[in-house]
Amino acid sequence: MRDQGLIFVGLLVFLGLITFPVSYNLIAGKTSKPLELQLPAVEKQCVAPIDYMKTSHMKLLFQWRDDRVRRDIRTYAAYDGKSYAISFTGTCLTKCHTSKADFCDRCHNYMGIQTPNCTDCHIDPKLIQRSGE
Amino acid sequence: MIISRKRFLQVTGVSLLVAAGEKLMGAFSGVVPSEAPAPALTARRWAMVVDLPKCYRKEGCIKCIEACHAAHNVPKFIDHALEVKWIWKDSFENVFPSQENHYLAATFKDKPALAFCNHCDNPPCVRVCPTQATWKREDGIVMMDWHRCIGCRYCMAACPYGSRSFNWTNPRSNIAKLDPDFPTRTKGVVEKCTFCEERLGKGKLPACVEACPEKAMAFGDLDDSHSQVRELLGSRYSIRRKPELGTQPEIFYLV
Repeated sequence: MRDQGLIFVGLLVFLGLITFPVSYNLIAGKTSKPLELQLPAVEKQCVAPIDYMKTSHMKLLFQWRDDRVRRDIRTYAAYDGKSYAISFTGTCLTKCHTSKADFCDRCHNYMGIQTPNCTDCHIDPKLIQRSGE
Repeated sequence: MIISRKRFLQVTGVSLLVAAGEKLMGAFSGVVPSEAPAPALTARRWAMVVDLPKCYRKEGCIKCIEACHAAHNVPKFIDHALEVKWIWKDSFENVFPSQENHYLAATFKDKPALAFCNHCDNPPCVRVCPTQATWKREDGIVMMDWHRCIGCRYCMAACPYGSRSFNWTNPRSNIAKLDPDFPTRTKGVVEKCTFCEERLGKGKLPACVEACPEKAMAFGDLDDSHSQVRELLGSRYSIRRKPELGTQPEIFYLV
Protein backbone atom coordinates (compact mmCIF):
# COMPACT_ATOMS: atom_id res chain seq x y z
CA MET A 1 0.00 0.00 0.00
CA ARG A 2 2.87 2.34 -0.68
CA ASP A 3 1.03 3.95 -3.61
CA GLN A 4 -2.10 4.62 -1.55
CA GLY A 5 -1.94 8.38 -2.09
CA LEU A 6 -1.41 8.02 -5.80
CA ILE A 7 -4.30 5.56 -6.14
CA PHE A 8 -6.77 7.76 -4.29
CA VAL A 9 -5.77 10.87 -6.21
CA GLY A 10 -6.10 8.90 -9.43
CA LEU A 11 -9.55 7.67 -8.41
CA LEU A 12 -10.64 11.22 -7.62
CA VAL A 13 -9.42 12.47 -10.99
CA PHE A 14 -11.22 9.57 -12.70
CA LEU A 15 -14.48 10.28 -10.86
CA GLY A 16 -14.15 13.95 -11.63
CA LEU A 17 -13.69 13.26 -15.31
CA ILE A 18 -16.50 10.73 -15.61
CA THR A 19 -19.02 12.97 -13.85
CA PHE A 20 -17.87 16.04 -15.72
CA PRO A 21 -20.98 16.39 -17.93
CA VAL A 22 -23.26 16.38 -14.89
CA SER A 23 -21.14 18.72 -12.80
CA TYR A 24 -20.59 21.04 -15.74
CA ASN A 25 -24.33 21.38 -16.30
CA LEU A 26 -24.93 21.87 -12.58
CA ILE A 27 -22.37 24.66 -12.42
CA ALA A 28 -23.67 26.23 -15.64
CA GLY A 29 -27.18 26.00 -14.16
CA LYS A 30 -28.58 24.17 -17.15
CA THR A 31 -30.16 21.04 -15.68
CA SER A 32 -31.87 22.69 -12.77
CA LYS A 33 -33.39 25.38 -15.00
CA PRO A 34 -37.18 25.01 -14.87
CA LEU A 35 -39.19 24.90 -18.06
CA GLU A 36 -40.35 28.37 -19.03
CA LEU A 37 -43.38 28.19 -21.24
CA GLN A 38 -45.00 31.20 -22.82
CA LEU A 39 -48.59 30.90 -21.64
CA PRO A 40 -51.50 32.47 -23.52
CA ALA A 41 -51.93 36.14 -22.75
CA VAL A 42 -55.69 36.42 -23.08
CA GLU A 43 -57.30 33.01 -22.67
CA LYS A 44 -57.00 31.47 -19.24
CA GLN A 45 -58.62 28.15 -20.02
CA CYS A 46 -57.72 25.59 -22.66
CA VAL A 47 -60.28 23.57 -24.64
CA ALA A 48 -59.74 20.70 -22.20
CA PRO A 49 -58.52 20.53 -18.56
CA ILE A 50 -54.82 21.38 -18.28
CA ASP A 51 -53.93 17.97 -16.82
CA TYR A 52 -55.55 16.24 -19.77
CA MET A 53 -53.80 18.54 -22.24
CA LYS A 54 -50.43 17.90 -20.60
CA THR A 55 -50.67 14.18 -21.13
CA SER A 56 -53.02 13.76 -24.08
CA HIS A 57 -52.98 16.84 -26.32
CA MET A 58 -52.02 14.71 -29.30
CA LYS A 59 -55.09 12.52 -28.75
CA LEU A 60 -57.24 15.64 -28.88
CA LEU A 61 -55.45 16.91 -31.97
CA PHE A 62 -55.92 13.56 -33.70
CA GLN A 63 -59.61 13.61 -32.79
CA TRP A 64 -59.87 17.15 -34.18
CA ARG A 65 -58.09 16.10 -37.34
CA ASP A 66 -60.42 13.16 -38.00
CA ASP A 67 -63.55 15.10 -37.00
CA ARG A 68 -62.75 17.99 -39.27
CA VAL A 69 -61.39 16.16 -42.30
CA ARG A 70 -63.19 12.85 -42.32
CA ARG A 71 -66.44 13.45 -40.42
CA ASP A 72 -67.13 17.04 -41.50
CA ILE A 73 -67.54 18.18 -37.88
CA ARG A 74 -66.45 21.79 -37.54
CA THR A 75 -66.97 22.69 -33.91
CA TYR A 76 -65.73 21.11 -30.74
CA ALA A 77 -67.95 21.18 -27.67
CA ALA A 78 -65.56 21.69 -24.78
CA TYR A 79 -66.04 20.23 -21.32
CA ASP A 80 -66.97 23.63 -19.89
CA GLY A 81 -69.85 24.16 -22.30
CA LYS A 82 -68.04 26.47 -24.70
CA SER A 83 -67.68 25.55 -28.33
CA TYR A 84 -64.58 26.07 -30.41
CA ALA A 85 -63.90 26.02 -34.14
CA ILE A 86 -61.86 22.93 -34.95
CA SER A 87 -58.76 24.54 -36.38
CA PHE A 88 -55.16 24.03 -35.37
CA THR A 89 -54.01 27.32 -36.85
CA GLY A 90 -57.20 29.27 -36.23
CA THR A 91 -57.93 28.21 -32.67
CA CYS A 92 -54.78 26.76 -31.05
CA LEU A 93 -52.09 28.86 -32.68
CA THR A 94 -53.96 32.11 -33.29
CA LYS A 95 -56.06 32.47 -30.16
CA CYS A 96 -53.74 31.03 -27.52
CA HIS A 97 -50.33 29.63 -28.29
CA THR A 98 -49.26 32.41 -30.59
CA SER A 99 -45.69 31.27 -30.61
CA LYS A 100 -45.14 27.65 -31.54
CA ALA A 101 -41.42 28.07 -30.86
CA ASP A 102 -42.01 29.31 -27.31
CA PHE A 103 -44.69 26.81 -26.42
CA CYS A 104 -44.75 23.57 -28.42
CA ASP A 105 -41.09 23.41 -29.37
CA ARG A 106 -39.76 24.55 -26.00
CA CYS A 107 -41.60 21.88 -24.06
CA HIS A 108 -40.87 19.16 -26.59
CA ASN A 109 -37.18 20.06 -26.52
CA TYR A 110 -37.15 20.10 -22.73
CA MET A 111 -38.78 16.68 -22.56
CA GLY A 112 -36.60 15.31 -25.34
CA ILE A 113 -39.59 14.40 -27.51
CA GLN A 114 -39.53 15.08 -31.21
CA THR A 115 -42.01 17.79 -32.23
CA PRO A 116 -44.51 16.35 -34.71
CA ASN A 117 -44.59 17.85 -38.19
CA CYS A 118 -47.95 19.69 -37.82
CA THR A 119 -46.57 23.02 -38.97
CA ASP A 120 -45.08 21.58 -42.15
CA CYS A 121 -48.57 22.13 -43.51
CA HIS A 122 -50.61 24.02 -40.90
CA ILE A 123 -49.41 27.57 -40.95
CA ASP A 124 -47.78 29.04 -37.87
CA PRO A 125 -49.20 32.61 -37.70
CA LYS A 126 -45.77 33.85 -36.57
CA LEU A 127 -44.44 32.84 -39.97
CA ILE A 128 -46.85 35.19 -41.75
CA GLN A 129 -46.02 38.05 -39.39
CA ARG A 130 -42.36 37.62 -40.06
CA SER A 131 -42.73 37.44 -43.83
CA GLY A 132 -45.12 40.39 -43.76
CA GLU A 133 -42.72 42.62 -41.87
CA MET B 1 -110.70 7.67 -19.84
CA ILE B 2 -112.87 10.60 -20.79
CA ILE B 3 -111.63 14.16 -20.14
CA SER B 4 -113.83 17.17 -20.29
CA ARG B 5 -113.06 19.99 -22.69
CA LYS B 6 -112.25 22.24 -19.74
CA ARG B 7 -109.77 19.75 -18.28
CA PHE B 8 -108.15 19.22 -21.70
CA LEU B 9 -107.63 22.95 -22.16
CA GLN B 10 -106.20 23.27 -18.64
CA VAL B 11 -103.67 20.48 -19.21
CA THR B 12 -102.64 21.88 -22.61
CA GLY B 13 -102.24 25.38 -21.23
CA VAL B 14 -100.12 24.28 -18.28
CA SER B 15 -97.91 22.09 -20.51
CA LEU B 16 -97.30 24.98 -22.88
CA LEU B 17 -96.44 27.29 -19.99
CA VAL B 18 -93.96 24.76 -18.59
CA ALA B 19 -92.33 24.30 -22.01
CA ALA B 20 -92.07 28.06 -22.52
CA GLY B 21 -90.61 28.49 -19.04
CA GLU B 22 -87.96 25.89 -19.75
CA LYS B 23 -86.95 27.65 -22.96
CA LEU B 24 -86.75 30.96 -21.10
CA MET B 25 -84.57 29.47 -18.37
CA GLY B 26 -82.36 27.90 -21.03
CA ALA B 27 -81.92 31.25 -22.75
CA PHE B 28 -80.70 32.87 -19.53
CA SER B 29 -78.59 30.17 -17.93
CA GLY B 30 -77.86 27.72 -20.72
CA VAL B 31 -74.83 27.17 -22.86
CA VAL B 32 -73.86 30.22 -24.83
CA PRO B 33 -71.76 29.27 -27.83
CA SER B 34 -68.60 31.34 -27.84
CA GLU B 35 -68.32 31.23 -31.61
CA ALA B 36 -71.61 30.99 -33.44
CA PRO B 37 -70.77 29.33 -36.78
CA ALA B 38 -72.48 30.54 -39.93
CA PRO B 39 -74.96 27.99 -41.27
CA ALA B 40 -73.19 25.57 -43.57
CA LEU B 41 -74.34 25.02 -47.15
CA THR B 42 -75.48 21.45 -47.55
CA ALA B 43 -76.67 19.31 -50.42
CA ARG B 44 -77.39 15.72 -51.31
CA ARG B 45 -75.22 15.93 -54.40
CA TRP B 46 -73.00 18.91 -55.13
CA ALA B 47 -72.38 19.72 -58.77
CA MET B 48 -71.08 22.56 -60.89
CA VAL B 49 -72.21 23.96 -64.20
CA VAL B 50 -69.79 25.99 -66.34
CA ASP B 51 -71.34 28.19 -69.00
CA LEU B 52 -68.60 28.08 -71.65
CA PRO B 53 -69.86 30.92 -73.92
CA LYS B 54 -70.08 33.15 -70.82
CA CYS B 55 -66.61 32.04 -69.73
CA TYR B 56 -65.24 33.03 -73.15
CA ARG B 57 -66.55 36.58 -72.93
CA LYS B 58 -63.43 37.87 -71.21
CA GLU B 59 -60.47 36.58 -73.13
CA GLY B 60 -57.53 35.47 -71.02
CA CYS B 61 -59.43 35.85 -67.75
CA ILE B 62 -57.99 33.66 -65.01
CA LYS B 63 -59.79 35.23 -62.03
CA CYS B 64 -61.22 31.86 -60.89
CA ILE B 65 -57.83 30.16 -61.05
CA GLU B 66 -56.17 32.97 -59.12
CA ALA B 67 -58.89 33.03 -56.46
CA CYS B 68 -58.76 29.26 -56.01
CA HIS B 69 -55.00 29.02 -55.89
CA ALA B 70 -54.72 31.94 -53.46
CA ALA B 71 -57.39 30.53 -51.14
CA HIS B 72 -55.80 27.09 -51.03
CA ASN B 73 -52.11 27.97 -50.94
CA VAL B 74 -51.46 26.28 -54.27
CA PRO B 75 -47.81 26.74 -55.21
CA LYS B 76 -46.76 28.14 -58.56
CA PHE B 77 -43.80 26.49 -60.24
CA ILE B 78 -42.16 27.78 -63.38
CA ASP B 79 -40.95 24.29 -64.21
CA HIS B 80 -43.92 22.60 -65.88
CA ALA B 81 -42.86 19.18 -64.56
CA LEU B 82 -43.47 20.36 -60.98
CA GLU B 83 -46.80 22.04 -61.74
CA VAL B 84 -49.53 21.90 -59.09
CA LYS B 85 -53.02 22.89 -60.20
CA TRP B 86 -56.56 22.83 -58.88
CA ILE B 87 -58.18 24.67 -61.79
CA TRP B 88 -56.53 25.04 -65.15
CA LYS B 89 -57.24 25.88 -68.76
CA ASP B 90 -56.60 23.66 -71.74
CA SER B 91 -57.80 23.69 -75.34
CA PHE B 92 -61.38 22.57 -75.99
CA GLU B 93 -60.07 19.61 -77.98
CA ASN B 94 -57.91 18.44 -75.07
CA VAL B 95 -60.55 18.94 -72.41
CA PHE B 96 -63.21 17.19 -74.47
CA PRO B 97 -61.36 14.64 -76.63
CA SER B 98 -64.59 12.80 -77.37
CA GLN B 99 -65.97 15.97 -78.99
CA GLU B 100 -63.14 15.86 -81.54
CA ASN B 101 -64.44 17.48 -84.70
CA HIS B 102 -62.55 19.11 -87.59
CA TYR B 103 -65.42 21.51 -88.15
CA LEU B 104 -65.98 22.56 -84.54
CA ALA B 105 -67.85 25.86 -84.25
CA ALA B 106 -65.56 28.87 -84.04
CA THR B 107 -67.02 29.63 -80.60
CA PHE B 108 -65.16 26.65 -79.20
CA LYS B 109 -62.36 25.86 -81.63
CA ASP B 110 -58.92 26.56 -80.11
CA LYS B 111 -60.54 28.23 -77.11
CA PRO B 112 -59.29 27.22 -73.68
CA ALA B 113 -61.82 25.39 -71.52
CA LEU B 114 -61.70 25.29 -67.74
CA ALA B 115 -60.88 21.99 -66.10
CA PHE B 116 -61.27 20.91 -62.47
CA CYS B 117 -61.57 17.76 -60.46
CA ASN B 118 -64.89 16.35 -61.69
CA HIS B 119 -65.93 14.97 -58.30
CA CYS B 120 -67.12 11.88 -60.14
CA ASP B 121 -70.04 9.87 -58.90
CA ASN B 122 -67.98 6.78 -59.60
CA PRO B 123 -64.47 8.05 -58.83
CA PRO B 124 -61.66 5.77 -60.03
CA CYS B 125 -59.14 7.58 -57.78
CA VAL B 126 -61.06 6.49 -54.69
CA ARG B 127 -61.06 2.85 -55.75
CA VAL B 128 -57.29 2.68 -56.07
CA CYS B 129 -56.22 4.66 -53.00
CA PRO B 130 -54.57 2.15 -50.68
CA THR B 131 -54.88 4.27 -47.53
CA GLN B 132 -58.36 5.75 -47.98
CA ALA B 133 -56.74 9.16 -48.10
CA THR B 134 -59.29 10.04 -50.75
CA TRP B 135 -62.94 9.12 -50.56
CA LYS B 136 -66.37 10.20 -51.69
CA ARG B 137 -68.36 12.07 -49.07
CA GLU B 138 -72.10 11.61 -48.70
CA ASP B 139 -72.70 14.91 -50.47
CA GLY B 140 -70.63 13.67 -53.42
CA ILE B 141 -67.45 15.67 -52.83
CA VAL B 142 -64.37 13.60 -53.56
CA MET B 143 -62.42 14.63 -50.50
CA MET B 144 -58.76 14.25 -49.58
CA ASP B 145 -57.11 13.65 -46.23
CA TRP B 146 -53.58 14.92 -46.73
CA HIS B 147 -52.58 13.48 -43.36
CA ARG B 148 -53.11 10.03 -44.78
CA CYS B 149 -51.69 10.43 -48.27
CA ILE B 150 -48.51 8.40 -48.67
CA GLY B 151 -47.72 9.79 -52.12
CA CYS B 152 -48.03 6.53 -54.06
CA ARG B 153 -49.75 8.42 -56.92
CA TYR B 154 -52.09 5.54 -57.80
CA CYS B 155 -54.91 8.09 -57.82
CA MET B 156 -53.03 10.19 -60.36
CA ALA B 157 -52.69 7.17 -62.61
CA ALA B 158 -56.37 6.30 -62.16
CA CYS B 159 -57.80 9.78 -62.77
CA PRO B 160 -58.66 10.10 -66.48
CA TYR B 161 -58.83 13.89 -66.24
CA GLY B 162 -55.37 14.73 -64.89
CA SER B 163 -57.02 16.50 -61.99
CA ARG B 164 -54.46 15.51 -59.43
CA SER B 165 -51.05 17.05 -58.84
CA PHE B 166 -48.10 15.74 -56.92
CA ASN B 167 -45.84 17.82 -54.71
CA TRP B 168 -42.40 16.88 -55.98
CA THR B 169 -40.72 19.45 -53.74
CA ASN B 170 -41.69 21.47 -50.68
CA PRO B 171 -44.42 23.82 -51.96
CA ARG B 172 -44.03 26.49 -49.24
CA SER B 173 -41.27 28.43 -50.95
CA ASN B 174 -43.32 28.74 -54.15
CA ILE B 175 -46.45 30.22 -52.60
CA ALA B 176 -46.56 33.96 -53.15
CA LYS B 177 -48.77 34.74 -50.15
CA LEU B 178 -49.61 32.21 -47.47
CA ASP B 179 -53.26 32.15 -46.37
CA PRO B 180 -53.29 30.96 -42.76
CA ASP B 181 -56.93 29.83 -43.05
CA PHE B 182 -55.89 26.88 -45.19
CA PRO B 183 -52.97 24.50 -44.74
CA THR B 184 -50.28 24.07 -47.33
CA ARG B 185 -49.33 20.61 -48.44
CA THR B 186 -45.96 19.01 -48.03
CA LYS B 187 -43.51 17.23 -50.27
CA GLY B 188 -44.75 13.79 -51.30
CA VAL B 189 -48.49 14.51 -51.13
CA VAL B 190 -51.09 14.54 -53.90
CA GLU B 191 -53.59 17.39 -54.05
CA LYS B 192 -56.62 18.51 -56.02
CA CYS B 193 -59.79 20.61 -55.90
CA THR B 194 -62.07 19.83 -52.96
CA PHE B 195 -65.11 21.81 -54.16
CA CYS B 196 -64.16 24.32 -51.42
CA GLU B 197 -65.69 22.12 -48.74
CA GLU B 198 -64.09 24.39 -46.11
CA ARG B 199 -66.01 27.36 -47.54
CA LEU B 200 -69.28 25.44 -47.86
CA GLY B 201 -69.02 24.74 -44.15
CA LYS B 202 -68.90 28.47 -43.50
CA GLY B 203 -71.90 29.11 -45.74
CA LYS B 204 -69.87 30.40 -48.69
CA LEU B 205 -69.86 29.29 -52.32
CA PRO B 206 -66.62 27.94 -53.85
CA ALA B 207 -63.95 30.59 -54.39
CA CYS B 208 -63.95 30.20 -58.19
CA VAL B 209 -67.73 30.59 -58.44
CA GLU B 210 -67.56 33.73 -56.34
CA ALA B 211 -64.59 35.19 -58.22
CA CYS B 212 -65.95 34.79 -61.77
CA PRO B 213 -66.74 38.29 -63.12
CA GLU B 214 -69.11 36.85 -65.74
CA LYS B 215 -70.94 34.57 -63.29
CA ALA B 216 -70.19 31.75 -65.70
CA MET B 217 -70.19 29.10 -62.97
CA ALA B 218 -73.15 27.80 -61.03
CA PHE B 219 -72.85 25.56 -58.02
CA GLY B 220 -75.66 23.68 -56.35
CA ASP B 221 -77.52 20.55 -55.46
CA LEU B 222 -78.10 18.13 -58.31
CA ASP B 223 -80.73 16.31 -56.30
CA ASP B 224 -82.86 19.43 -55.90
CA SER B 225 -84.95 19.92 -59.04
CA HIS B 226 -85.35 23.64 -58.27
CA SER B 227 -81.66 24.37 -57.81
CA GLN B 228 -79.86 26.70 -60.21
CA VAL B 229 -77.73 23.87 -61.58
CA ARG B 230 -80.75 21.73 -62.36
CA GLU B 231 -82.59 24.61 -64.00
CA LEU B 232 -79.57 25.34 -66.20
CA LEU B 233 -79.13 21.67 -67.10
CA GLY B 234 -82.82 21.37 -67.87
CA SER B 235 -82.88 24.37 -70.18
CA ARG B 236 -79.53 24.20 -71.99
CA TYR B 237 -77.56 21.48 -73.73
CA SER B 238 -74.63 20.31 -71.61
CA ILE B 239 -71.59 18.10 -72.10
CA ARG B 240 -69.24 16.39 -69.68
CA ARG B 241 -65.62 15.33 -69.90
CA LYS B 242 -65.12 11.77 -71.18
CA PRO B 243 -68.58 10.53 -70.18
CA GLU B 244 -67.93 7.28 -72.05
CA LEU B 245 -65.65 6.13 -69.22
CA GLY B 246 -68.59 5.78 -66.85
CA THR B 247 -67.08 7.89 -64.09
CA GLN B 248 -70.17 10.13 -64.03
CA PRO B 249 -68.39 13.47 -63.76
CA GLU B 250 -70.37 16.09 -61.85
CA ILE B 251 -69.02 19.12 -63.63
CA PHE B 252 -71.25 20.04 -66.54
CA TYR B 253 -70.36 22.37 -69.39
CA LEU B 254 -73.05 24.37 -71.17
CA VAL B 255 -72.29 24.82 -74.85
